[in-house]
Amino acid sequence: MVNRIVTGAHYGIKDWLIQRVTAAIMAVYTIVFGIVYVVTCPKDYFEWSYMFQPQWMRTITLLFFLSLFWHAWIGVRDIFMDYIKCTALRLGLQVLTILVLIAYALWTIQILWSV
Amino acid sequence: MNTKPRPKHLDLTKIRLPLPGFVSILHRVSGLGMFLMIGVLLGVLSLSLESPQGYAQAAKCLTGWLGKTLVIGLVWAFTHHFIAGIRFLLLDLHVGSDLSAARKSSAAVLVLSVVLTLIFGVSIW
Repeated sequence: MVNRIVTGAHYGIKDWLIQRVTAAIMAVYTIVFGIVYVVTCPKDYFEWSYMFQPQWMRTITLLFFLSLFWHAWIGVRDIFMDYIKCTALRLGLQVLTILVLIAYALWTIQILWSV
Repeated sequence: MNTKPRPKHLDLTKIRLPLPGFVSILHRVSGLGMFLMIGVLLGVLSLSLESPQGYAQAAKCLTGWLGKTLVIGLVWAFTHHFIAGIRFLLLDLHVGSDLSAARKSSAAVLVLSVVLTLIFGVSIW
């Protein structure tokens, strides 16, 4: 029997749940995006960028990307925890991943709101 | 209490994964692959929304043979990750978690993701 701390130790239930909630958000967005794409059927730059003009479209697209980045963080962190045994290297890669994902989030906002 | 050392078969050349194991490891592989491509995809999205010239450039990137190959690879990764993910959510809810159902659904995930990717690939090539 392994001694487990009963309270205050986070065994990953929060991450487990976030991974599933973000997955559901992305799945719903995929369907909504598919419908919007089929309905508007953008053929050139103006129709394509027009698709991202409405505020609600920008907002749900940003929500999708933020879900993606959080989801990817948990998944990549799990991969690092499983395969990289050297603590310094793992920590380094995890910090790098977080920084890259934060940069992606800022970039996404810039892309969507400069359309 | 004495615990017997359990046999460990972590030699990758000797492990024979059951079908659900394949779905699981491919879920991981496809997820990592898509993660590594996020930067490229954001770059293409940014280019396509920036100007008509950028849009034309992005379209050219995506319709070249390298672009098409990457897109098809990503479509497989997305489709597999999506369908396998829904299967995992159902397993979380104890739907289809007995052995024979889990084997059948994992085979369905593998076949369906490849078939959908082939249909997509043929339609864009």
